[in-house]
Amino acid sequence: MAPAIMLAADAPKLSSANTGFMLICSALVMLMTPGLAFFYGGMVRVKSTLNMLMMSFISLGIVTILWVLYGFSLAFGTHNSLIGWNSDWFGLSNIGLTELWDGYSIPVFVFMVFQLMFAIITPALISGALADRVKFSAWSLFIALWVTIVYVPVAHWVWGADGWAYKLGVIDFAGGTAVHINAGAAALGVILVIGKRVGFKRDPMRPHSLPLVMLGAGLLWFGWFGFNAGSWLGNDDGVGALMFVNTQVATAAAMLAWLAYEKIRHGAFTTLGAASGAVAGLVAITPSGGAVSPLGAIAVGAIAGVACAAAVGLKFRFGYDDSLDVVGVHMVGGIIGSLLIGFFATGKGQSTATGVFYGDHTFTQLWKQCAGVFAVLAYSLIVSAVLAFLLDKTLGMRVTEDEEISGIDQAEHAETAYDFSGAGGGVTGSLAAPALAAAQNKKVDA
Amino acid sequence: MKLITAVVKPHRLDEIKEALQAFGVHGLTVTEASGYGRQRGHTEVYRGAEYTVDLVPKIRIEVLAEDDDADQLIEVIVKAARTGKIGDGKVWSLPVETAVRVRTGERGPDAL
Repeated sequence: MAPAIMLAADAPKLSSANTGFMLICSALVMLMTPGLAFFYGGMVRVKSTLNMLMMSFISLGIVTILWVLYGFSLAFGTHNSLIGWNSDWFGLSNIGLTELWDGYSIPVFVFMVFQLMFAIITPALISGALADRVKFSAWSLFIALWVTIVYVPVAHWVWGADGWAYKLGVIDFAGGTAVHINAGAAALGVILVIGKRVGFKRDPMRPHSLPLVMLGAGLLWFGWFGFNAGSWLGNDDGVGALMFVNTQVATAAAMLAWLAYEKIRHGAFTTLGAASGAVAGLVAITPSGGAVSPLGAIAVGAIAGVACAAAVGLKFRFGYDDSLDVVGVHMVGGIIGSLLIGFFATGKGQSTATGVFYGDHTFTQLWKQCAGVFAVLAYSLIVSAVLAFLLDKTLGMRVTEDEEISGIDQAEHAETAYDFSGAGGGVTGSLAAPALAAAQNKKVDA
Repeated sequence: MKLITAVVKPHRLDEIKEALQAFGVHGLTVTEASGYGRQRGHTEVYRGAEYTVDLVPKIRIEVLAEDDDADQLIEVIVKAARTGKIGDGKVWSLPVETAVRVRTGERGPDAL
């Protein structure tokens, strides 16, 4: 995914250090999805906590299988500038254990599984815009279709060796375009089709657990080091380390900027603001972290923190119900991070391309970034909206109004997140499953 | 007999309890409650969206007293609960027909 600065003479050999590093990074990125689930889960009301957690968690199941079957081959095989294919990778059927990823010192399997974690979290990101109201079956099918017809091609464009954006020179180090703008634009497309929550702008929809939000944001921040630093696919030349540093720096700056903005604008330093600012910074540094200096990372983070804090209010002004601000944080943060490469790229990191403030002070890189950003944004928004429309007309995307009001957890999952009944030691209702009761009796008899 | 009910600020509970004990009250019931009087609630901000929370946390204290003690007990509670700021709460009393101590079956004033 990162451009190769490899000399022809250096035929890469399997590096156990890089391989170990990348396996750990893959595991870190995996942790981001449950982290995201908590981040989102704490922000919804009590009655839809579990659904929010499940909408992220199910992605771990569905995308893993699809990625192994055909996703990896379509995204990273070579075929043309729009889509890839490699029949050896279909079902991972003909990949040798020590076969190396093109030009790098890590096995294909390692690259495949690292990329799998990206493919998992991207659709999970979308779910935050759909809180409280989408049928779990429709959502599951949406993930499968969306990964296939949106994520896979976009990943190929941006990171594939013959992808058009990659060849054009669009810089997207770890997924500002392919992951965040892609997910944010998809979220916008879907909510324009499925509509608002019942009571949007009328009923209070306060987060039910800010500690869960903080836990999730913390796990995201931690996992993001794998997401970003791992995207250099090894750490032989220090670019991965630069990325690690920039990830920390930009995130800190964005958190502080968001808090400062809301203190001035709304009068308080809020916990949700700190968590949201951190995520906005992580999003913005994702595409840009390999191209900018740590001072540039501070600028990227601070700008993203303020811009995203301002953007999250737009849903109330325009009346679209982006429940947990996927558009305001991921799309806006991704756009900012991607475009700022055109200003702050130093030419000393992942590539020699420089931004307006460096090198020849030209707008060349900025235009390339614009092309990448707006192509992905438009494709993802339109195709996702069409997909949601078709699913809505066939399966139906939304639960009934009654189910939404009484809580999607019970309607879709036959569970509730918390037991609030303290009376009589928390016993609620009677055991409704005779089979279970009978089974327990048998145990006692024996 | 009278039932004296006080809905007051939660942080005054200890003072009220001590004052009632000093007066000679043997038992009381405390419940968490929420409500508002003239002060209404407060505002919370989540990502810039402001929510008005109408109901403020309160506690409700209930004490059974003999008729002769009731007025004085109300005074004791009011004095201990007062901070002078808005939202201090209210105290009222109601007539009670009977009271029974469950353990012994004693009735009326003996049950207090």
